[in-house]
Amino acid sequence: MLSVKDLHASYGSIKALHGIDLEVNEGELVALLGTNGAGKSTTLKAISGVLRPVVGSVRFADEEIANKKPEAIVKKGISLVPEGREIFTSLTVAENLRLGAFSSYQRSRYQKDLEEMFALFPILEERLNQPGGQLSGGEQQQLAIARALMSHPKLIMLDEPSLGLSPALVDQIFELVSALRDRGSTVLLVEQNAERALKIADRAYVLKNGRIKFSGSPQQLESELDLASVYFGGEEGKGEVTV
Amino acid sequence: MIDAEFLINTLSLGSLYALLALGLVFVYGILKLVNFAYGEYIMVAGYGLFLLGSYTALPLWVIMILSVLLAAAVSYLTEIVAFRPVRTKSLTAMLITSFAISVLLQNAALLFVSPRSRAVRLPAAFSQSITVLGVTTPLRNVLTIVTAIVLLAGLTVLMKYTVLGIAMRAAADKFTTTRLMGVPANLVISVAFIISGFLAGVVAMFWIGRSSSVDPLIGFAPLLIAFIATVIGGMHSLAGAVAGGFVYGLLFNMLSILLPASVISYRDAFMFVIVILFLLLRPEGLIKGSYTEERVG
Repeated sequence: MLSVKDLHASYGSIKALHGIDLEVNEGELVALLGTNGAGKSTTLKAISGVLRPVVGSVRFADEEIANKKPEAIVKKGISLVPEGREIFTSLTVAENLRLGAFSSYQRSRYQKDLEEMFALFPILEERLNQPGGQLSGGEQQQLAIARALMSHPKLIMLDEPSLGLSPALVDQIFELVSALRDRGSTVLLVEQNAERALKIADRAYVLKNGRIKFSGSPQQLESELDLASVYFGGEEGKGEVTV
Repeated sequence: MIDAEFLINTLSLGSLYALLALGLVFVYGILKLVNFAYGEYIMVAGYGLFLLGSYTALPLWVIMILSVLLAAAVSYLTEIVAFRPVRTKSLTAMLITSFAISVLLQNAALLFVSPRSRAVRLPAAFSQSITVLGVTTPLRNVLTIVTAIVLLAGLTVLMKYTVLGIAMRAAADKFTTTRLMGVPANLVISVAFIISGFLAGVVAMFWIGRSSSVDPLIGFAPLLIAFIATVIGGMHSLAGAVAGGFVYGLLFNMLSILLPASVISYRDAFMFVIVILFLLLRPEGLIKGSYTEERVG
C-alpha cells in the first residue's frame, strides 16, 4: 500500500534521512522505532508532505506522492496524527472534527461518522462545544486521532501518540491503536516506547541516524537485536534488554 | 462630556477604525505579515471612484460597489503576484515585498493620474445631515456605524458557522496542521487577502467621503491607524482588532475634548504616548488571543 524507496530529506543543510526503504501493506500495523533524532518524525513528515522537498520515491496505492502538497496527500488517503497532537486549541471539539473531515466531506455520512467517533471516544461527545485547548492531554490525543479518522484514511500515521501521557492513558492509547488495526485500518506507528509498540505491531523498523537499521517481525527484532543498543547507542549484539 | 454627540462621533470613528484594523489582522493572523501595502488598497478604491466617476456614466452607488470590489481584487492580485512567490522564504522577504507593493502602487497613481489630489463624487447621502437623538450629525457617521454592524455580523457568521471560516481560524492557529486536514494553503491565504482588501475598500468609501478627494498618499494615515489600533487591541485575534479600533476612536475623541486648545495640534503625539504606554505595559494588547507565532512555510 505504501512503499518508500531510498528516501532522503534534510532540514536546511542538515541531512536527516539517508535513504529510507519502508513498506506498509494493507491492514498492517507497522511500528517505526528509534531514539530521539533518529529520523522517525522526519520520515512521517516527508511522507505526509509537510517536509519538502525530498529525494527518492514515496508510492501510495500505485501512485507517486513524493513532494506533493500535504493537502493533496491527505486527499489520497494518508492521514497524520502529528507529534504533540496539534489540536486547534481555539476551535471547539466539534470544529476540530469538522476540519478533520474537510478532505472527504460528504453530508450524508457526516453525522454517522461523528457518532462512530463518539462510540470510540465518549469523552469527545461530552466536550463537543468546548475549545480544544481546555481538554486534558489524553483527551487532546483522542481528539487528534478522531480528527484524523474523520477523513476516512486508508493509512493512518501516528507520531508518538503516547508521549507525555500518564501510564493509564498510555495503556488506553495502545489499546486504541490496536483496535484501529482490528477495525481494518492500516497503521504506521512511530514510538519511543518500543516495548509497548512491539506488543501490538505486525512488523517493525528501527531507525538510527536517518538509516533503517533493522526490519522484521517483533519477535525477530527481540531476538536479533539488542534494543538497548538501538536506544542507547551501545555495541550491537545480544545483551540485556532494558527498554 | 459624554453626550449623544460624543457617543455618535465615537461610535462612528470607532466603527471605521475597527474595520480598518480588522482588514490588517485578517492577513496578519494567517501569514504573520503586517501588510504595509494595506493603505494602498484604500487608495486604489479611491482612484476607482475617481476614474469610474469621471469616465463612465454609471450610477454613483454602482461605482462605489465596483470600487470596493476593485480594492479586494487588487489585494488578491498582490497576494498572487507578489506575496505567494516569497511566502516560503522569510518573513523579512514578505515585509519588504509589502513595502515594494506600497511604493509601486503609490507611484502608479502619481505617474498615471496625478500627484495632486483629485475630487471624487459620492452619493448624496455622504454629504447630507441627519438628526439622531436630538443631535444633528452627518448621515455618513450613521452609515459608518450601520455598515460596521452589518459587516461585523456577516464576518462573525462566516468565521463561526462556515467551513471556510473554521479553516481560516484553524490556519491562524496552526497553519501546517490545517493543511494536514486537507485545507489548501493557497485558498485560505487568498481568502484572507480578499477579505482584507474588501474591508479596505469599504473603509475607503467613508474615509474619502470626509474630504471627497483622493491623492496618491492617502493610504498612509489609515495604515498607521490600523497598525496602532491592532497594537492597542492585540494582533492575535479578530476580536482584538475590533476592540482596538473602538478604543482608538474613543481615545482620539476624548483627547480632542480634553486637551486645551493650545496643545490640540499635538493630539497625535499624545496618541503615540498612549501607544508607547500600551507597548510597555501590555504588549500583547487588550485581547491576548490564541494565535500562535507559527509562520507559513
